[in-house]
Amino acid sequence: MKEEIIIAGFGGQGVLSMGKILAYSGLMENKEVTWMPAYGPEQRGGTANVTVIVSDEKISSPILSKYDTAIILNQPSLAKFEDKIKPGGVLIYDGYGIINPPTRKDIRIFRIDAMDEANERKMAKTFNMIVLGGLLKIRPIVSIESVIKALRKTLPERHHHLIPMNEEAIKIGMDIIKEI
Amino acid sequence: MAEEVVLMKGNEAIAHAAIRIGVDGYFGYPITPQSEVLETLAEQKPWETTGMVVLQAESEVAAINMVYGGAGSGKMVMTSSSSPGVSLKQEGISYIAGAELPCLIVNVMRGGPGLGTIQPSQADYFQTTKGGGHGDYHLIALAPASVQEMADFVGLAFELAFKYRNPAIILADGVIGQMMEKVVLPPFRPRRTEEEIIAQCPWATTGNKGRKPNIITSLELDPAIMEQRNLHLQEKYAEIEAKEVRYEEINCEDAEYLIVAFGSCARIAQKAMEHAREEGLKVGLLRPITLWPFPSKAISDRAQQTKGILVVELNSGQMIEDVKLAVQCRVPVQHFGRLGGIVPDPDEVINALKEKLIQK
Repeated sequence: MKEEIIIAGFGGQGVLSMGKILAYSGLMENKEVTWMPAYGPEQRGGTANVTVIVSDEKISSPILSKYDTAIILNQPSLAKFEDKIKPGGVLIYDGYGIINPPTRKDIRIFRIDAMDEANERKMAKTFNMIVLGGLLKIRPIVSIESVIKALRKTLPERHHHLIPMNEEAIKIGMDIIKEI
Repeated sequence: MAEEVVLMKGNEAIAHAAIRIGVDGYFGYPITPQSEVLETLAEQKPWETTGMVVLQAESEVAAINMVYGGAGSGKMVMTSSSSPGVSLKQEGISYIAGAELPCLIVNVMRGGPGLGTIQPSQADYFQTTKGGGHGDYHLIALAPASVQEMADFVGLAFELAFKYRNPAIILADGVIGQMMEKVVLPPFRPRRTEEEIIAQCPWATTGNKGRKPNIITSLELDPAIMEQRNLHLQEKYAEIEAKEVRYEEINCEDAEYLIVAFGSCARIAQKAMEHAREEGLKVGLLRPITLWPFPSKAISDRAQQTKGILVVELNSGQMIEDVKLAVQCRVPVQHFGRLGGIVPDPDEVINALKEKLIQK
């Protein structure tokens, strides 16, 4: 198993931390992982993206030409990464703010209205976990149990009471994602 | 008990490894993309546990001179920075090399020249391996290609630095510093006691009760003596070149084409090699781990069997000069590089290999 993923959106959407949780979850399953952020001023209001690779085997390059799966959370990122998905790969996008939806015919495209859902349920802070839930529905790279374990391991204890809310967010994401 | 595997950035791994192997002092000044070294040390507060000193100096120049002082007293001391900051340290580095002191310098390279960019680069290869500061000296230069090596090379660098009384440098870049990977950190080792330092470093300024004073200096006004000192340095460098070359070879046995790359570029080139092999192209990868001493013999030996060599670097062609010297025009040696903070993807490397060597 090897999954090469790009997560891209605006700075502040939780792109990097979503990638981090995914990488930690891989670690919980003794998989090889790399997390390579586009770092620097890009993170402040501009676009933010992170490449996450989860694999059973040792990983060579943390930087990729093509991705198995792209999670796209804003229009500029769609323009940047739609062409870089492998044929037969997966594109997941949040409908919020995407005026021109993806057009490729040789990939599987999924829409998840996580931003709307998070706002409606007053769970704005778990937006990225809703998206993660959607991803794990389509590509079960790691188990939910591993994600919860990763959260428990990485969050300071004073935030552990938020873990059930995050778990709920993952389940919401699994419910609302739909293929286009 | 199984070793604990953790996930962290390369910069964080440097800081954790330094605390664990018993480093006495860190002196630095923040600069992207290596600021997490100092940040992690500040977060970990090793002064409360191991007694390690962590100090944010007023400048890079001050930091390297603090290292000079600490190293003179036999302590395990280090500094870290990124390209423009390492330029500022060059005078101090030359003095430390001249005074034959062990220390560790970490350079997490970014694009230049000048203030440049904060994105990854390998354009300080010349600065690291050909001097940087003035005078006939060498640094022992280690080039990590993973977060694990960031952690491992802290200990290795100090081991070599003390063995040869010579400054060592870890030459990483923004990719290796900023990415997170699995890492097993070195086991905890207590800092050396004063007695242990005196025993290990009879040359150090440890207080001269019962012995003649030790003098730490790079100054010698008598050229006859200065020449002898230089000859001694050259002898030492020859020994390091004979004994301490490190490199990694992947798929080289049957390689018709060889990629030579270090650090982050070696990782990208490895993926390019995997794709090329899927297409039936017999490509191998030779990764210099020590940039000085350079694995000239290994590259020369491999050159025999190849139809051509591609050197991949995040610069306009620096390490290629050492590769060419090793190969001595026996096979074509071509360069592929991206500049100023742009990092190529594996496809670009394959395309360069085809355009510059295979289709020629």
